Amino acid sequence: MNPQAIMDGLITGSMIGLGAIGVTLTYSILRFANFAHGEFISWGAYFALAISGALGSLSGAFLAPIGPFSFGWSLPLATVLAVALTGGLALLVDALLFGRLRAQRGAVIIMVMASFGAALTLRSLLEFIFTSKPAYFSKALQIAMPLGGGLRATPDQLLSLGIAVLLVVAVHLLLTRTAIGRSMRAVSENQQLAGVVGIDVRKVIRTVWVLGAGLACVAGVMAGLLVQIRPYMGFDLLLPLFAAAILGGIGSVPGAMLAGLIVGLTEAFAVQLIGAEWRAAIAFVILVAVLLLRPQGLFGRPE
Amino acid sequence: MSVELIGYGAFFLTMALTYAIICLGLNVQWGQTGLFNVGIAGFVAIGAYVSAILTTPDTANRFGGFDLPIAVGWLGAALAAGIIAFLIGWLTIRLRSDYLAIATFGVAVAVQLCALNLERLTGGPFGIGFIPRPFASLAGDPLAFSLLNLGVLVVVVLVLYLALERLVRSPWGRVLRAIREDETAALALGKSAVRFRLQAFAIGGGIMGLAGAAQAHFIGFIAPENYLPMLTFQVWAMLIVGGSGNNRGAILGAVLVWGIWAASAAAVSAIFPPDQQARAAALQIVMIGVALCAILLLRPRGILGEVRVVSRHLGRLSPLKRATSIPQNNEPQHVQKP
Repeated sequence: MNPQAIMDGLITGSMIGLGAIGVTLTYSILRFANFAHGEFISWGAYFALAISGALGSLSGAFLAPIGPFSFGWSLPLATVLAVALTGGLALLVDALLFGRLRAQRGAVIIMVMASFGAALTLRSLLEFIFTSKPAYFSKALQIAMPLGGGLRATPDQLLSLGIAVLLVVAVHLLLTRTAIGRSMRAVSENQQLAGVVGIDVRKVIRTVWVLGAGLACVAGVMAGLLVQIRPYMGFDLLLPLFAAAILGGIGSVPGAMLAGLIVGLTEAFAVQLIGAEWRAAIAFVILVAVLLLRPQGLFGRPE
Repeated sequence: MSVELIGYGAFFLTMALTYAIICLGLNVQWGQTGLFNVGIAGFVAIGAYVSAILTTPDTANRFGGFDLPIAVGWLGAALAAGIIAFLIGWLTIRLRSDYLAIATFGVAVAVQLCALNLERLTGGPFGIGFIPRPFASLAGDPLAFSLLNLGVLVVVVLVLYLALERLVRSPWGRVLRAIREDETAALALGKSAVRFRLQAFAIGGGIMGLAGAAQAHFIGFIAPENYLPMLTFQVWAMLIVGGSGNNRGAILGAVLVWGIWAASAAAVSAIFPPDQQARAAALQIVMIGVALCAILLLRPRGILGEVRVVSRHLGRLSPLKRATSIPQNNEPQHVQKP
């Protein structure tokens, strides 16, 4: 078997993991499966694309590649702005839709359905604005460096992996070591009780949206840098995201990342065995297996 | 009125009625039982492909082509989709409610992949053609042909409607509602929530399969791109607009939303230049999406809404008593005799 599959799996897996953290946080704190989460990935990537394009047209200096990477300073700057914009988009959707449904105290499943409607609306808006033609941050080609053991990776890929690891550690520390992290875990345990003891539930909810959407945006930029940008990129990741969130155990950030890597690696190896056309089915098989064997996931608690 | 106009009207209504069948299936799952199915397109596709494989004449490079009667194909379609629904339900219904949604979403993705990749079975991206159409011998007379096809679907929808109305008002239907409204109370009365939900989900899935078969035989050709998530979305919009929980609402919503869809598609192709039409079609989806969210926010009952009281016995209570016992009841009772 080609050892390069390990590299491909780790890269896809870290994107899935970053997205799955957002899914697992919304699921455990807002208590619904958000089908619109994949759209934050696509919108994040397109935000970054638009901003880095604007920066590039402002000054060519932004486009000169940094060191060994394929992109100039326009992309890191654009990513920071795009994270903020994607967070803002999530807050906007919450204010327009989910917040109002929460206020009506409707059934959970109404929220799921609304997220389904929001997903199609957001995706089709992207298709309308940017058309469905694939786009790229940079047209430069990169040569993969040998890493030993038959593995090869481009500088962009190594950087993405490093950033993913940093972000997961940061989110984990945020949840376990800070006041807002403790509040988030309290709300996920029991929203009413957390409100009674003086935790600002609305602030927690805003944090969840911004955090989840920001991580999704980074995943989108990574996918755009290493693969391509399409309006359907988030939708295609949705099933792997859910599979990873459930496999990791709902509410567990390290679980979501680990499960993301498992899903990514399984996809990469399975593609070698049964062919790339079945890639999308792998996540479904994993999902069914988890629901059948261990519905609470790796790190979750049984209900 | 010209023949073309009647022909178009018949075509439009036939299409709308195939959607009405899917909607009726979804109403059993969501409207009566509260089960959220995001994989409608997958179940419809299973029905369409099963019926196509059973009824098409033998083809060289493809498995199937059993050349069976159309009715056998339709029954097979309903059975196959029902069985898949049963299996997925069995896997997820005992878990959290959104796991079913995620799993059905997975079904739609997996079915779409199978349709694309199992070329020996499904014809791959080119799909299956020459699916026998009812009354094919009359194809020389377009008017009679389309009206007869419409007639078949009207009969199917009517039979389904009557059967489902009967089911809703049966003890079985009342248990479903009881479980949806208050599971603990239903459990306390000795009703197994999981079993009833599973039955409802399988029946709904089977009806969707039947609808897929009907659609396939009416158009005569199927391909994987007919069963994109868009289809799921349209059917949801239909049921929510018409009024979930109400079978007449499901049919009304299907005809109405399909009408809006067809009209806006015509408007898009008339207003926008050919190179911009793909973009404008995306706007169409945005419009339906916003409408769905707006209805969820503003009028979750839909146009017709659910008839809250289905028991014949409650209808016999005196008006005063009924007003006090069921305060939010503003629907006409189906039995009003004192």
